Amino acid sequence: MDATRTYVRPMRGWWRHNPYYRAYIVREMSALFVALYALVLLTGLFRLSQGRAAYDGWRAGLATPWAVAFHVIAFAFIAYHAWTWFAVMPKTLPFVRVGGRRVDDRTIITAGAVAAVCAELVLFALVWWTRP
Amino acid sequence: MPSPRTIAIECLRYDPETDGAPRRQTYEVPFTDEMSVLQGLQYIKDHLDGSLTFRWSCRMAVCGSCGMMLNGVPALSCATFLRDYHPGGVRVDPLTHFPIVRDLVIDQDDFLRKLSSVKPYVIADKPRSVEEGPYRQTPAQMDDYYQYAQCINCLLCYAACPQYGLTPEFTGPAALALLHRYNADSRDGGRSERMQVINAEAGVWGCTLVGYCSQVCPKGVDPARAINQNKINSTKDYFRHWLMPWKSR
Repeated sequence: MDATRTYVRPMRGWWRHNPYYRAYIVREMSALFVALYALVLLTGLFRLSQGRAAYDGWRAGLATPWAVAFHVIAFAFIAYHAWTWFAVMPKTLPFVRVGGRRVDDRTIITAGAVAAVCAELVLFALVWWTRP
Repeated sequence: MPSPRTIAIECLRYDPETDGAPRRQTYEVPFTDEMSVLQGLQYIKDHLDGSLTFRWSCRMAVCGSCGMMLNGVPALSCATFLRDYHPGGVRVDPLTHFPIVRDLVIDQDDFLRKLSSVKPYVIADKPRSVEEGPYRQTPAQMDDYYQYAQCINCLLCYAACPQYGLTPEFTGPAALALLHRYNADSRDGGRSERMQVINAEAGVWGCTLVGYCSQVCPKGVDPARAINQNKINSTKDYFRHWLMPWKSR
């Protein structure tokens, strides 16, 4: 007997049809802003290695309206990207048990996000109080 | 007597002997509040068009046979009600990412091969004799794998997984969740035999944590969790072999 002739449907545009997939694509695309911001910082490091004048030029570039606009947009996307990491965190863990009871996903997500915000605040305070 | 309400059920049709590509056919089906989409399809087959082909068996979300795309969302057609789509219609497609055999029936062979590759059975570490009695387990040990044991192989998770659609070699959500179900069982000693499947490119690393598999699962299995916690196990395994090559298989 011949093998049955089957029909395979194409995948083109798969992410456009379902809100869950669209959110996934936004999550993945938001990582681009993390990479772009890393490039900005690396450029700063490179300019620092070239001397004070070069570094001051880089800093002056950051003060332009375009640079400020980029940072505002990048911050929004990076904050969203960071949040999505916490949102999937329970999926990456074995069951966490406290006192014999399983800790639910929402608690894990909240604990992770709160810990991250606290760490940011501590870091910000350290930079603030040790500034020249 | 008032005439019954009707709903439009639009089905994908594909006959491998006559059709080059699938086409669509819409049926106007009378329905009552308690009728599932599956019962709507059965009405079509019994009263309107005997050639419509689809799989079903238990009618109560246990057998996993009647998974279909309902308005583009993977669902068990026996556990989804026509009333929830009224006054609009419902579009019924075979589970996406799988080859269509005929109408709403997909080819499951690829999944069945993957299922057997994960050795979905307890491989006893030290086989016990009858005299030694049964393998014992505490409720806490059972809790480690119980939710993963609820899988009914309905394949909704594969239809939800774009990675499986884009890379058909990917072992996929249900097979990897069942793999974890046995690895997480305190009576099982087959972990090292399954590690190769986990570590492979097509194993847990084929997953990009879209997470939709866990969303559509009708049994609360959470395959995304089973897969992604094994990325940690796979990483540990890699470093163990790297740091202690004498322990490599």
